[in-house]
Amino acid sequence: MREMTYSEAMAIGIQEALAEDESVVLIGAGFGGLRGDPAVWGPLRERFGDRITSPPIAELGYCGIAVGAALTGLRPIVAIGTGAFSFEAFPQIANEAPQAYYGTRGQVTCPVVFHMRAGIRGAGALQHSIAPQAMYWNTPGLEICVPGSPADVRGLIKAAVRSNNPTIFIDHERLHPLVGEVDESTGGDIPLGVADVKREGSDVTIVATSIMVPRALEAAETLAGQGIDAEVVDPRTLVPLDTEAILRSVARTGRVVVADETQKSCGVASEIAATIAEEGFESLRAPIKRVAIPNVPIPYHQAEEDYITPTARHIVEAAEAVCR
Amino acid sequence: MATAGTVVHNLKSALHRMMLIRRVEEQVIDLATSFDDLIRGHYHVYIGQEATGVGACMALGPDDYMFTTHRNHGHVIARGGEPGPVIAEIIGRTTGYNKGRGGTFHVIAKHLGVLQTSAIVGGGVPMAAGAAFSARMRGTDQVSLVFFGDGVLEEGAFHEALNMSSLWNLPLIMMCENNSVPQEGRRQGEYPTSSFAATQLADVASAMNVEAHVVDGSDVRQVGELLAGLVGRAREGEGPFFIESRINRWPGNRGQFPQLIGGPHRMAWTWNPGTADTRLQDWLADSDPVSLLCRSLVEEGAMTRKEIEEVDAAARQEAEEAREFALSSPMPSPESAMDYIFAEGETR
Ligand SMILES: Cc1ncc(C[n+]2csc(CCOP(=O)(O)OP(=O)(O)O)c2C)c(N)n1
Ligand SMILES: [Mg+2]
Repeated sequence: MREMTYSEAMAIGIQEALAEDESVVLIGAGFGGLRGDPAVWGPLRERFGDRITSPPIAELGYCGIAVGAALTGLRPIVAIGTGAFSFEAFPQIANEAPQAYYGTRGQVTCPVVFHMRAGIRGAGALQHSIAPQAMYWNTPGLEICVPGSPADVRGLIKAAVRSNNPTIFIDHERLHPLVGEVDESTGGDIPLGVADVKREGSDVTIVATSIMVPRALEAAETLAGQGIDAEVVDPRTLVPLDTEAILRSVARTGRVVVADETQKSCGVASEIAATIAEEGFESLRAPIKRVAIPNVPIPYHQAEEDYITPTARHIVEAAEAVCR
Repeated sequence: MATAGTVVHNLKSALHRMMLIRRVEEQVIDLATSFDDLIRGHYHVYIGQEATGVGACMALGPDDYMFTTHRNHGHVIARGGEPGPVIAEIIGRTTGYNKGRGGTFHVIAKHLGVLQTSAIVGGGVPMAAGAAFSARMRGTDQVSLVFFGDGVLEEGAFHEALNMSSLWNLPLIMMCENNSVPQEGRRQGEYPTSSFAATQLADVASAMNVEAHVVDGSDVRQVGELLAGLVGRAREGEGPFFIESRINRWPGNRGQFPQLIGGPHRMAWTWNPGTADTRLQDWLADSDPVSLLCRSLVEEGAMTRKEIEEVDAAARQEAEEAREFALSSPMPSPESAMDYIFAEGETR
């Protein structure tokens, strides 16, 4: 076991994916963002420079090129950069890639990974803060990874690459410095569709994704001080969704908070809450609470940005309310 | 026709605007680097490109539209924006043009015909074509001018808008600021833009039957004269036009974040580039639009060094006052995040 940042674990995972399969190629390599640490990202370029193609500023074109490459035997990981830039490529991501397999009744696969750095990053303002996972969740045929820890990002990026389906891979900008343990003595494989109980507890289930995982763990510590024993369940992938693991936890606690940093209406928390209500209603001892972004665009100034950002405090308040 | 007197008068006001942009941007860099919490993210400054913005905006009338990009601060000031509300917007204060809603990426100034500022590469050109389309449909003689970087030609949206503006003869002026000159810098990764297959950007427009021009982006006279002609012709229905303004990037803009090499600009560097940091000397001698204009005005006898230094001192003071104005302005309240989501009413 070694302590490392989320960025470092991601860089290791991407290199492992490249090393294990020659058909893996990178379209762009800006996984670490503008302030990406050269010590972390340098080795990727040194070892696999021949498999990195830097595209022009042409999201629609290069995502389409990745789709075409995936149809013909390569396994591209596309580093789109800021998640909102994927909107420029929406036709290829939402209306081409996911149709390949279904449209041929299984004859053709499209194993492409669309990687995006998304979420409220701090002064990303109106056009650089959007987390698009809920929109892509409304697009059948796309798998969606939303890791929330270093070990998970390393394992999931490899699973996303191995998968024969198009996959949206969301890295929250604020997870990059997060430190956690990664076991380099094993491959650290994580299958898609397997949730992880990040903390065990018996009073309330907090279902948290991506950046909300560390925020939920922080909230659980606060709640423990108030005598509320919270369980934190991290689905890790939205598609496939480990509904069973979520319902198992809810069956024990009877109380649920779903925390996610997308907008509340038709957001990630909404879909998970609806699934619990539909399939686990008899376990519930209180109405489900959602912690999410209110239905507004993302403002620039820190005071306003903080106001609409879901935090550990919001999770604590929601958990208190459902436990009352 | 303009008389010699009005040309000199225009050049003096152009000089003032260009110096104001430079001094404001220096304040912006200082605010970003001296405070952790004012400009928390990425930001872009217009130093070294002042002649394009000012030269082009001189040609616009008060009712014309202007669109800009992530590199918008200088464009808004060139269009007549006041430095106080511009800096206030950049640091998110309620006295900013958009009450601090958008910040550095999205300085918008409705009263100047700047209605939406996209920080998406390629976002502005179609909207600007739309404003030109609207002017035509409404039967006005307004012109729509859009500034954008060379990187925009890499995006498909540009080519779609170029085609439509040509098919429909829109009163659109596409001002491409190519700050990836010399081109070798692209291959060496010096510029954030990646690559473009055409050797001459203007060829792309020509292929679409759009009249294209190449202009020296360090020379405000050239830009101003060219644009004065094109804006007039666009009003007469002869548009659209494409201009490539060739800009040798300010050395402080080579990295991801701007850097004031050797500190704020000194007028001594203008008169004698050899006294500046070695990284700046060639640029000051050959490419700095502000220094080139200053030296030419002195050589022609239009202004003395002292007069020019007074213009600079006034610009510096305005920029300092703008900074103080912005810093002493109120921040938005947290709850104001929830205002202005939907417009009230049905017609305006
Ligand atoms: C659609 C989209 N893709 C990528 C980016 C990130 N980005 C911001 S500025 C920039 C470079 C733009 O170059 P150019 O248009 O030449 O403008 P310059 O900064 O040189 O003035 C890039 C790639 C973006 N803002 N929007
Ligand atoms: Mg450029």
